[in-house]
Order: sequence, then structure tokens, then C-alpha cells
Amino acid sequence: MSTAAKSSSFSAGRIILYILLLLFCIYYLLPLYVMVVNSLKPLSEITAGGMMALPRDWTAAPWFSAWSTAQVGVEATGLRPYFLNSIIMVVPAVALSTLVGALNGYVLTKWAFKGSTILFGLLLFGCFIPFQMVLIPMARMLGLMGLAGSVPGLIFVHFVYGIGFSTLYFRNYYAAFPTELVRAAQIDGAGFFRIFWRILLPSSGPIAVVCIIWQFTNIWNDFLFGASFSDFDSQPMTVALNNLVQSSTGVKEYNVHFAGAIMAALPTLLVYIVAGRYFVRGLMAGSVKG
Amino acid sequence: MGFLDIKQATKSYGALQVLQETDISVEEGEFLVLVGPSGCGKSTLLNMIAGLEDITSGEIAIRGKSMNGVKPADRNIAMVFQSYALYPNMTVRGNISFGMEMHGIQKQEREKRIDQVSDLLQISHLLDRKPGQLSGGQRQRVAMGRALVREPDVFLFDEPLSNLDAKLRVDMRTEIKKLHQKLGTTIVYVTHDQIEALTLSTRIAVMFGGYVQQLGTPKEIYDNPANMFVAGFMGSPSMNLFPAKVVSGDGKPAAEIKLADGKTAAVPFAKDALASSIGRDIILGIRPEAITDKDGADRNSQAVHIVEAPVEVTEPAGSDTFVVSQIGGKDVTGRFRADVAVNAGDVFPFAFNMEKAVAFDPKTENRIA
Repeated sequence: MSTAAKSSSFSAGRIILYILLLLFCIYYLLPLYVMVVNSLKPLSEITAGGMMALPRDWTAAPWFSAWSTAQVGVEATGLRPYFLNSIIMVVPAVALSTLVGALNGYVLTKWAFKGSTILFGLLLFGCFIPFQMVLIPMARMLGLMGLAGSVPGLIFVHFVYGIGFSTLYFRNYYAAFPTELVRAAQIDGAGFFRIFWRILLPSSGPIAVVCIIWQFTNIWNDFLFGASFSDFDSQPMTVALNNLVQSSTGVKEYNVHFAGAIMAALPTLLVYIVAGRYFVRGLMAGSVKG
Repeated sequence: MGFLDIKQATKSYGALQVLQETDISVEEGEFLVLVGPSGCGKSTLLNMIAGLEDITSGEIAIRGKSMNGVKPADRNIAMVFQSYALYPNMTVRGNISFGMEMHGIQKQEREKRIDQVSDLLQISHLLDRKPGQLSGGQRQRVAMGRALVREPDVFLFDEPLSNLDAKLRVDMRTEIKKLHQKLGTTIVYVTHDQIEALTLSTRIAVMFGGYVQQLGTPKEIYDNPANMFVAGFMGSPSMNLFPAKVVSGDGKPAAEIKLADGKTAAVPFAKDALASSIGRDIILGIRPEAITDKDGADRNSQAVHIVEAPVEVTEPAGSDTFVVSQIGGKDVTGRFRADVAVNAGDVFPFAFNMEKAVAFDPKTENRIA
């Protein structure tokens, strides 16, 4: 066993494979490297033309600038208020769309009614409507609801748009969830919502993680809705980053831009790192037959 | 009026009627087994008793109270599912406790009952484990524990043993029977396994095609099947069914059977029920244990008749040897003692115990004698 493993790990094919993988790895990580090193140097070092070099003079000043003092649009507030906007937008939008998606999936699989398949088809259709098509009707809707140009308006848009995908995820997951468990809970005396809260949701870890990662990434990274439905004070991070880069009051501060771009990407990265491990866990293992 | 009354209950899905009008009255403490091949309507009937499926017409009553439209939770029943249906996110304790919690039983009382039941089923050491960490037999016990703590009027079992391996299945079967004898609760049990049905039940309902074919004690079902379906379904190896003709022999009606070598033999019936049917074609039914070697025949029987028939195949099974001959174009199996020297191709005396013989109408397949 051990000798076989030894010989195979030292074979020529293996070595070539690892070198290749390493090259790919470097290729993919290079942009991140460029962003990180340049966000930590003074602007003069970048304009002098040393993009790939490590900073000679390490400084965190660009980060502080991007966070709290840089010129974004007309005001010199840094990205901080917009980062908060994005957080306030993304958390309820993800939570609501995931919860409603789970509830939809539960009803569509365990309490199917006449026409539920058609309803599911229509919801699915919602996943594939291009964003551009809904811009004008949605603007009108938000206006009528008094939510135009506000963070709650953006939450609403992303929540509604997210239902299609979250329903798809949960419906397919719950379709494989043993109906006998629901029946057992019914006999035990649990009602519609009790079964959902106590039996289905606690067993939905893997799919909830998938759904949350998907929704979080989409909503956080969304630019079109953010640019279309927000005012200056309700802009999300993506729009503000664009404004930061576009605002030219003299020189382009590339180091500040790099720092801002990393800030904008950080939350999605964090979600992957924290939640990614739950992907693999089979929480359903052993609930029913061996 | 019984403890659990099923009165003219039917079930249809649109135009498809899966359960024809069914009347069964179960007494308190009875162990009723619904048995039949898949698609016979047995699980549907169980789900109707549980309240998981609506009744299309008719009525189901427990303790004289109509259950039509009553939610499963309010019927005071408990069910053990084929897949056990243990909640994967809860511990064994949580699983057993959940139903009591939903029914508003105080924590102290819950703990007490969990202790009692886990002692009874010997699962005390498993209480803090998750279902995923249990073996099949342990899950089975937990599922029964979950049903037992509810102290229900009626226990419903939906093929509870079919996911276990053969040896464990036999062990658990005995345990369920012991449990029933100890607790004396009313049980309705669905299975497709006729041996489970015969061993466990106090009464059996044999179902096929949405109809209850026969309802009776295991002995009635086994000895006096109402029709050819019941005769063929219950018992293993199943009852021999082969064509015969009623003839008159010595003033008594006899069955004339055609042997594989072209000869015919007349075997007198033990009773005179077919005296008026001389000349009629019938299907004769005799169980393998009523066709034996000469010395293995039932000494108490007054109607053992010897027929010399050619042996086609012998199947030694350790405790017995099954000997197959052709009668009327059908394979007929006899159960011989293991040490009888009989070989394929021999012409050998078969002892027919006609006290155990039954006769069916070839067209309606119903019992005529």
C-alpha cells in the first residue's frame, strides 16, 4: 500500500500534473496579488511603473482613504456609507428570499395542490427573465409603493428576483426529502408551520448554504438594479465603487481604487470561506433507511 | 360494534377506485394484518385509518367515534413507517418526545414515559444518539418507541420489517408479537409477507385488486381459503392448484386426476359436499404438507389415499424434501420426509390427505367445497 503510494507520488506524470496545476493557480491568483500589493504602496510607486513589484514603502493609507475619506461622486465620504448600504440591503434580501424559497419548496413538494406544477413552472420562468426587461415596470412599481430610490426598494427588488432561484433550489431538495417524515410529524400532531420549522428547515443545511451563497453573491455584486433604483444616499457598494473610480478630482489614485475594489469583493469571499465547508456535509445521512 | 370500525369505506382517485367497499370490525386488543401483493389497496386502507388519506365514501370509527374529517393528530393513533421516518435532526430522545410535546404533555411526564419505553425496548443507551448513528434494527426499535409513548388507541404498522435483513426480520417479528401479548394493544399491520401475516395476527384480511378477498383467523385463512387467490397467496410453498373432475367412486364423490404418464386416478373426497356435482370440472387445492410419502401421512386423517405418480424433480430442503410431479398439466409439490429415498424419474406412491383438500370453481375461482 505505502510503497504503491510512494512510487505513484513520484512518477513523472504526477510531477508534470502538479507543475501544471501550480501554473494555473498562479495565473488565477495573479490579479489578486496585483490588487493587494498595489493597494499597499504609495501612489508614486505605481505611477513609477512597478506594478508587479512588492511595495518598497508599505502603507495602509490607501485603505483608510478608500474607507472613509476618498471622493465618491460629489462627497468625500469614502466607501463606508455605501458598504453599510449594501449590508443593510443584502442581509434582509437574502434572508427573505431564502425563507420564502424554502416555504415555496415545502408547499410545492409536500402540500402539492391542483396547478402547483404550473405555478412552479411560472416561478422558474422568473429566473430567466433578463434584468433589463423589468427595469421600467419595476421603477413604476417602486414609485407606486413609495420605495423609489431607497434601500428598502432595493431589498424588495432583490427579494422578488431571488424567489425564483431559491424556490428552484428548495423544491428540488425537498422533492428528495422523505414524505414519510412529514406524515409521521402529522400523526405526531405537528401542523403546517411546525413541520416546516422543526422537521424540514433543520434538515435543509446544505441547500440553504447553496442558496445563501448564490443569493448573497448575486445581490452583493448586482450593479444594474443598484444603479437604476437608488439615490445618492442609498447606493450600494458596487455603484459607489464605480463612482469612486470615475470621480476625477485631479490624479487617479490607483492604490485607493485597488483598496476599494478589494473591500467590495471581501464579503463574498468571506461568505465562501465561512459557508463553503457546509456544502459537503450530508445532513440527511441516515434519516431513513440505511 | 367493534373498537375500530371500517364501514363501507372506499377510496378513489378520480375514476380509479383503488379500494372497493370494505367492512372490517376490529375488537380491542386484536392484531389485524392486512396482507396482499403490492397495489392491492392495503396501504391505502391503513392511511385512511391514519387520516393521511381522505375517505371517498363510507366511514371509519374508533371507539364508536367517527373519524371522517378528523386530523391524524386527533385520532389517538400512532404509526410505524416502513422507512421508520425518524426525524434526522433530532436525537432518539427528541424523536420519542416530539409527539408528546406536540400534544402538550408536561416535560416531567414526557421524561417518565421515555424512560419506561426505552427500558421496555432496550434503547436507553441510545437516547442521545442521532438516527444516522443507529443500525436498522435500532432504528426500528426507536420508531416503535415513538409510537408506544403516545399510548394510542390503535397502532398502525406499515410494512415495518421489510427494510431489515432476513435474520433480524424474524427476531423483530417475534418481538412485535411479544410486545402485543404484553401490552394487549389494538394493532393494524400491513405487510406483503404472508408468513408475517400468519405468525403475527389474530385475524387476517387478505386483499387483492382493492377487495378484501377473505377476512378470518390465520387458521381459517390457511385451511379454508375462500377463493383461489387466497389459496395461492397464503402459505409457502403455496397450495397446489390443479384441474380435476368430480366422478362417482363407490358411492362417494371422487376427484379424477390426470397423471403425467397418461394414467388417471380417482381420489375419493373426505366429505360428500360434491355428491350432486358428478361430472363437474373443478380446480382441486391441496397444500404440499397434505401430499406426503406413505409413512409421513397424517395418522389421524381418515382419508389418506395413495396415488402412484411419476416424480419429476426432487428438491431436498434439509428438514423436508419437496417432490414435484405433474398432475393435470400443473406442477404439484409434495412435502416428503427428508430421508425418503426418492429420485427423479421414479414412479412413487404419493399419499393424498383428502381431509385437507378443497375445491374451486375453475371459472369464478371461488370455493365450492
